[in-house]
Amino acid sequence: MIQLQNVSKRYPSGQEALSGVSLSMRPGDMAFLTGHSGAGKSTLLKLIALIERPSRGQIAVNGQNLANLRRRGVPFHRRNIGIIFQDHHLLHDRTVFDNVALPLVIAGYRPQEIGRRVRAALDKVGLLHKEKALPVTLSSGEQQRVGIARAVVNRPPILLADEPTGNLDPDLSREIMNLFLVFNQLGATVLIASHDLELISTLGKPMIRLHDGRRIDATDTA
Amino acid sequence: MKQARRNRTKPSVRSRFGAWGDNHARALLFSLGKLYRSPVATLLTVTVIAIALALPTGLLLLLANLERLGGGLESSTTISAFTTQQVQDSAAARLAREITDWPEVGAVEFRSREQALAEFRERSGLGAALDALDENPLPAVLLVTPTAATAEPDALAGLVERLQALPEVEFAQLDTLWVQRLFAIMNVGRRGVEVIALLLGLAVLLVVGNTIRLDIQNRREEIVVTKLIGATDAFIRRPFLYGGLWYGLLGGGLAVLIVSVSLLALQGPVSHLAGLYDSSFRLSGPGPLDVLGLLVAGTLLGLGGSWIAVGRHLREIEPS
Repeated sequence: MIQLQNVSKRYPSGQEALSGVSLSMRPGDMAFLTGHSGAGKSTLLKLIALIERPSRGQIAVNGQNLANLRRRGVPFHRRNIGIIFQDHHLLHDRTVFDNVALPLVIAGYRPQEIGRRVRAALDKVGLLHKEKALPVTLSSGEQQRVGIARAVVNRPPILLADEPTGNLDPDLSREIMNLFLVFNQLGATVLIASHDLELISTLGKPMIRLHDGRRIDATDTA
Repeated sequence: MKQARRNRTKPSVRSRFGAWGDNHARALLFSLGKLYRSPVATLLTVTVIAIALALPTGLLLLLANLERLGGGLESSTTISAFTTQQVQDSAAARLAREITDWPEVGAVEFRSREQALAEFRERSGLGAALDALDENPLPAVLLVTPTAATAEPDALAGLVERLQALPEVEFAQLDTLWVQRLFAIMNVGRRGVEVIALLLGLAVLLVVGNTIRLDIQNRREEIVVTKLIGATDAFIRRPFLYGGLWYGLLGGGLAVLIVSVSLLALQGPVSHLAGLYDSSFRLSGPGPLDVLGLLVAGTLLGLGGSWIAVGRHLREIEPS
């Protein structure tokens, strides 16, 4: 589902964020990406979502070699990936419902279908009763769950999350991680960058360790 | 896949086609809603656009009115036939009655040598100089008004020739030179207004472009988020383009109002002036075609301005 072969990323500043990283995830896999801050976790996720392009190496997602994907193809590539951010990136002038509906609106669903799917997604994250609220009126745990609902509403085969529990207390963090486990159970391929080792070590999923842009865990596959 | 995959049906073709319409309708309403939620800023922009559109439109309408007035003057033109010095007033008066019977002539006004002299004395202020002359140097004049059917240039020229051919007539002249001059002046005015219209049209383009550019900057965050969740350039562009379209359309509408009210304000004084000339001339306001033209011009300029801004600035905004 996600393949990286010897991928390096050097930024124009000269800083090498990733050096020769390989990894392979099959459909339905779930893995955690760990390492100190600046180890290259975010860069790796950005490469998969085509927010950045690799300097060297090959990336294939869902059987598609990303090097062959032109600018016009990028939006359609991203529709296969649900991305969850640490600061959840919600639109503050729209209701929870409208935020979650956005991927469906972009993908061109009809209003009835949008309503049905948005409510299903909000129900999964336990926020069905908040659909008319504005994001600012929610707690940060709730905002993060809205971000997750938005990422999964389109039922993408891949979920990427960058420090999804970074701002949350341990109980909320566990709750959020359990949500990811549920979506993985439902078949999604999930890759989560997190430095919360204490929490993720209890979840029984493989870890991909990065240090200064290199993989330092034993195996080549996740 | 690990297990029976979730239902991941893509939207059907029909649904997508309908959704395309939905998306446009949504962007159209969404952009209108944006304008509605910041009424002061919107009103300022729309007013600037409206004034820029109303100014050349108003001037062009005034010119059109002047042309209409000039046209009326041309058809009510007269021919002045000056008699030779030898012709006495009595003979000239007889000639006048004769000409009145010509089929192409509507009316003839006879002005004797004495009347001409008195009029000249009164108007020129050269009375003393005239007193120094032994005899009246002015000929009698026949002011010939052609019938309405003879008002075309060719028929008029024919009538002038026929009058000129009379032995008693020294010189016959069509009094349209000043109308031609008026038209020449109005042509200069029209060209000037066209230049102004061009410049103000450019101004509308820039005003809308700048407004949309600021809008894009204010919504940078939103653009980044929508790009991250797979929005195409067309999807992101759409509300901004419709925003420009609304600015232009509303500006055009307000311009119609400004032009109409301005002409209405001129109507009273113009009627008074026309009354002094025994004319029932009235200013004609913008017609349905003018209104349509203003709305279309506003819409196109708004769309064009936002297109320029969107083309230049949306591409620069990428998630990082």
